[in-house]
Amino acid sequence: MSEAHGGYYVPHGTYWPIVGSIGLTALLVGVANFLNGWNAGEILMVAGFAIILFMMFGWFGTVIRESESGMYDEQVDRSFRWGMGWFIFSEVMFFAAFFGALFYARIYSVPWLGGGDPGTNEFLWNGFEAMWPTNGPGDIGGKFETIGAWGIPAINTLLLLSSGVTVTFAHWALKKNQRTPLVLWLLATVALGFTFLGLQIMEYMHAYHELNLTLGSGIYGSTFFMLTGFHGFHVTIGAIMLTVIMLRSMKGHFTPDHHFAFEGVAWYWHFVDVVWLGLFIFVYIL
Amino acid sequence: MSTATTTHDAHHEEHPSGLMRWVTTTNHKDIGTLYLLFSLLMFMVGGAMAMVIRAELFEPGLQFVEPQFFNSMTTMHALIMIFGAVMPAFVGLANWLIPMMIGAPDMALPRMNNWSFWILPFAFAILLSTLFMEGGAPAGGWTMYPPLVMQTGNAFPFLIFSVHLMGISSIMGAINVIVTIVNMRAPGMTMMKMPLFVWTWLITAYLLIATMPVLAGAVTMLLTDRFFDTSFFNAAGGGDPVMFQHIFWFFGHPEVYILILPAFGIVSQIIPTFARKPLFGYSSMVYATASIAFLSFIVWAHHMFTVGMPLTGELFFMYATMLIAVPTGVKVFNWVSTMWRGAMTFETPMLFAIGFVIMFTIGGFSGLMLAMAPVDFQYHDTYFVVAHFHYVLVTGAVFAIMGACYYWIPKWTGHMYNEKLGKLHFWLSTISVNILFFPQHFLGLAGMPRRIPDYSVQFAGFNEISSIGGFAFGLTQLLFVYIVFQTIKGGEKATDQVWEGAHGLEWTLPSPPPYHSFSTAPEVK
Repeated sequence: MSEAHGGYYVPHGTYWPIVGSIGLTALLVGVANFLNGWNAGEILMVAGFAIILFMMFGWFGTVIRESESGMYDEQVDRSFRWGMGWFIFSEVMFFAAFFGALFYARIYSVPWLGGGDPGTNEFLWNGFEAMWPTNGPGDIGGKFETIGAWGIPAINTLLLLSSGVTVTFAHWALKKNQRTPLVLWLLATVALGFTFLGLQIMEYMHAYHELNLTLGSGIYGSTFFMLTGFHGFHVTIGAIMLTVIMLRSMKGHFTPDHHFAFEGVAWYWHFVDVVWLGLFIFVYIL
Repeated sequence: MSTATTTHDAHHEEHPSGLMRWVTTTNHKDIGTLYLLFSLLMFMVGGAMAMVIRAELFEPGLQFVEPQFFNSMTTMHALIMIFGAVMPAFVGLANWLIPMMIGAPDMALPRMNNWSFWILPFAFAILLSTLFMEGGAPAGGWTMYPPLVMQTGNAFPFLIFSVHLMGISSIMGAINVIVTIVNMRAPGMTMMKMPLFVWTWLITAYLLIATMPVLAGAVTMLLTDRFFDTSFFNAAGGGDPVMFQHIFWFFGHPEVYILILPAFGIVSQIIPTFARKPLFGYSSMVYATASIAFLSFIVWAHHMFTVGMPLTGELFFMYATMLIAVPTGVKVFNWVSTMWRGAMTFETPMLFAIGFVIMFTIGGFSGLMLAMAPVDFQYHDTYFVVAHFHYVLVTGAVFAIMGACYYWIPKWTGHMYNEKLGKLHFWLSTISVNILFFPQHFLGLAGMPRRIPDYSVQFAGFNEISSIGGFAFGLTQLLFVYIVFQTIKGGEKATDQVWEGAHGLEWTLPSPPPYHSFSTAPEVK
């Protein structure tokens, strides 16, 4: 609606946020209705999700058009960079809550249930022996086996670490304005990302069908699936974002010195990578 | 980095009119106004719930409401006042003031700014809708401790999702504040020249981004424990209900500083103006704010002294908590020193600021009492705690917000408010709020538990006094609403500087300021 002739671009009037709010509300009210077993939950969920997708296409589309027509100066670019950085920090803190739950369970609650410091063991769960992995003194979810670190998870670690390298190669190619290697390295990154997801799905199926390891397997199952699940969700988002910038690269977007979207996605991808390393060490190995 | 920021836009005057102007706006002043009015509305809704609470507690026995509904009222009152009234008021002030104070045309990310606000009405519509659901609104306390909160009826998932939405809104708002402050300052506006309100908000925004996602994680675990068979807070599965309290208060304690740091900033703007002296110890104020923010991350378990922690934990959290008194003391000292030998006048904003310094300090002292683990065993979950946090939140945060409204409303609207009515509002509020909350100290020390609709007869006298103060305080706030709308509609024309002793970039702009605050960045010497 407004035009910039150099200078900080301040957009005027936007309908996307209110569309997004309606979409989010429909989605969440839909999920809540569904969980309460009420009617119309599913319909609201689907509608909300569709509205959110529509909003994302519209909002990001507007920003991409503005960016490509040169409305964003260096200062706007810096705003985006700071914004993305702090957004990733907020994501780190979201994962911190679940890592915190894992550490708390392993260091405090499980040992205490097994007769550690406060001694509740004598009154509540006499005879329970602290160990890890565990589904607790109530044997919640029944006997289960865990997934070893050195099978699929190790392969997945390699995949994600390599994808961090390939996305860097793509960035170098972009900085030298070599378009074909840029697209090819991005394609490799996307392929590695989706392969990771495929293996993760296989691992989940294996856990559910053969190991009896489920979300309901006590504190081990809870922390295992919530951590790896939220990570997998973030990998999905990251892989979709990588696909978008790959398509944009194919259309000729980005220049060697003006490509915030590329870098933002690359940062996000590295963040997902680092979270995985934490998972690999604390969930799978230790 | 401070950069010369210029903005140009061709279609300056073309905004949609009527309702859609407010729905689609990306302007920091429009969004600030939306936040402030929303906050005022929520203040009235939450206040009405407080009136229900005080009416029921006017005398022993059950008079007006069912115990379940009473508990819903305390829970909803807290959620609405914290997330719906105080936080949006501060974000509204940040929106209005930060770009003007640092010489920027607008907030750094204007579209996202719109979204931060427009999530809130939906979040609170969801939360308030739970009042009409089977099983009633959430009644387990705003802290949502399991296993009690698991007994919430159909409202449960709505509670969780409304908290998620509030979190999304706060995080986006906070990111916008940080980016604006680091990237949009006018040339010469170095960090250590920024007004203290900007500094306190920068640090608050950091706290928000660091803690709101943790709250989101905590309530997500509640949701999965209830609906998806997880055992985070179930000891039979190896989890621990106390773990929720740890995660919650890791968010919750920084949250209480989120509710007070911008108030510190406001008071640090108002006092120098009416004492006609520069703020005493500016840099120590900045460092004290940062220290408080840092300490806020390592004191959370002082909310949980009676939960059965190891002794080492009790001691660590007790001493760490007491440390906070040091930077807070620095602040109070600086405010008093700013006034020392100043040429003081007592317009309404100054009255609120002085009221803040005195009554917030009372709340600080009762906080120090609560920080002592051995005595907290006596005070825990009594009305002493209620008195403590209402002194810091009502006579602290809310008084600062009201002071800010009187201080800047001439700048926002171009009209002076009615000084006589403003002063009347201050004195009625100050007297009634003390009648309301001071007796609650005694009730708590005598052992009256919080979150209870009925009580033993020996508590009757102080409860009656407290309720009378409560009704008076509630009624007085209608006067505030009247003054605000009267000032918006008209009044004596305000000058650009408004207050004789006011310094800072916002006072160099006309009253009311132009649509884009600084289209060309001012030079700061």
